[in-house]
Amino acid sequence: MRYMFIVKSGHAAEPTPQLLEAMHKLAQREIQAGRMLDDGGLAPQAAGCQVSIEQGALKVTDGPFIEAKEMIGGYAIFDLPGPDEALASAREFMQLHSDHMPGWSGTLEVRAIAGSMTHAGTHAGTHAG
Amino acid sequence: MAQGDVERAILATWRIEQPRLITSLARMLRDVPLAEELTQDALVSALERWPETGVPDRPGAWLMASAKRRALDHLRRAPMLERRHAMLSADLEAEQTAMPDFDAALDDDIGDEMLRLIFTACHPLLSAEARIALALRMVCGLTTAEIARAFLAAEATIAQRIVRAKRLLSESGLAYETPQGDERRQRLPAVLEVIYLIFNEGYTAAHGEDWLRPQLCEEARRLGRMLAALAPAEPEAHALVALMELNASRNAARTGPDGAPILLMDQDRRRWDQLHIRRGQEALARAWALGGRGGVYALQAAIAACHAQAPDAGATDWPSIAGLYAQLSRATASPVVELNRAVAVAMVEGPAAGLAIVEALANAKALKGYHLLPSVRGDLLQRLGRLAEAREAFAAAAALTENAQERALLERRAAACPV
Repeated sequence: MRYMFIVKSGHAAEPTPQLLEAMHKLAQREIQAGRMLDDGGLAPQAAGCQVSIEQGALKVTDGPFIEAKEMIGGYAIFDLPGPDEALASAREFMQLHSDHMPGWSGTLEVRAIAGSMTHAGTHAGTHAG
Repeated sequence: MAQGDVERAILATWRIEQPRLITSLARMLRDVPLAEELTQDALVSALERWPETGVPDRPGAWLMASAKRRALDHLRRAPMLERRHAMLSADLEAEQTAMPDFDAALDDDIGDEMLRLIFTACHPLLSAEARIALALRMVCGLTTAEIARAFLAAEATIAQRIVRAKRLLSESGLAYETPQGDERRQRLPAVLEVIYLIFNEGYTAAHGEDWLRPQLCEEARRLGRMLAALAPAEPEAHALVALMELNASRNAARTGPDGAPILLMDQDRRRWDQLHIRRGQEALARAWALGGRGGVYALQAAIAACHAQAPDAGATDWPSIAGLYAQLSRATASPVVELNRAVAVAMVEGPAAGLAIVEALANAKALKGYHLLPSVRGDLLQRLGRLAEAREAFAAAAALTENAQERALLERRAAACPV
């Protein structure tokens, strides 16, 4: 099953070198374990834009977007056995932030990728049994 | 958290951490099967304690500390004749008594140890069944119960298979060795075979009710990616990844809503997974760049890539596929491959040319009882208008298959050939 991890934070500061180092090692381990398929950090919003449709009209906004309270800082795509492993993996990733960048706050959103979940739903039930 | 939730959280952490636990312990103990046993003990103690204490913030570090403590105890109890071991033990003790460093585990470059683990679990001395069980248990972190469910076997059978395999490794002095260079290359096929067998077990059973069977496909793909990441110079490791990705790309299109199988040529190609296809093509390109075009997995992956590239069945590049099958047939001398070549040749040169290849296989021992031989033969005879013979061939194929859906399909085809 594939999962997308999306890191969101209102924290403007750059990650500490310690955090970057720890995340790099974790990513290396996850690639070597065959679990991480892709990952990437996102450049500041100034380098991007938003294209929206409001009341049928197309509207383009160049970044940065002042109204955004939290922004997506990075993403990763994992291939994991199921939701339990996704949670364990997400906790480990966030614990690194807490260990290496005191004061940081943010959210890691874990989303299953549709179509990759051939056996979702039965997973948790049979697993516990 | 409810008891069941804690247990699931523990097993999930276990699956992620276990290979690293085994490799770290194996390095301390110089014994992979023993390391596996002691990490299992650490799991048991987590299962006992965490429901009461809650899951620790750094469960991986907890498991590692617990497992290392067990390894140290073992080293202390074992006769300390070897100075090396004594020194190692002192080092480890210092490490243990120092402030806990939660990233220490991440600092280990475990690449070589992980390769050792994979090659030990897949030692050619062991039967394919034993290699599969050991790999799923030691490298994928599946429990014995899960392996048993995935292979529709009794838990005691799998447990015994694992115990015997580990004993055989220990008694043969193979508990801690890493093949290098030429030897590694010679032993690679035994590892690749295990991964592909695991994949196929899940792939052919994709209609199974238990999620663990299709799950085997995913475990195999992770294993394949792991091997390719650890041994990036081996073209066949990349080729196997390519083959599995390309085959898996068709998963959603392989069965209809009623669970009936849909043949490749009849599949809705919009349902093929383009991410898998792209990953497969990239892995195949890596295998080719390493000079691996002629490998058996590279040839199979190239055939799968031909299908993946065709926007519709009519656009399939059959001449290339027939050529690839000819190469594969020479490389493997397998009558099953030859049967597939017959299908491809029939697409290029017509049913008579395909039938000639099929008829030459009539006495192949390996195909005795193989329903696809009369099934392909029936198809070619039907296209040649030899309907009575085709009907007979389809009926023979129907009698040989164990799959109810397939039998129904073959019986329909027999009935469609008027006497």
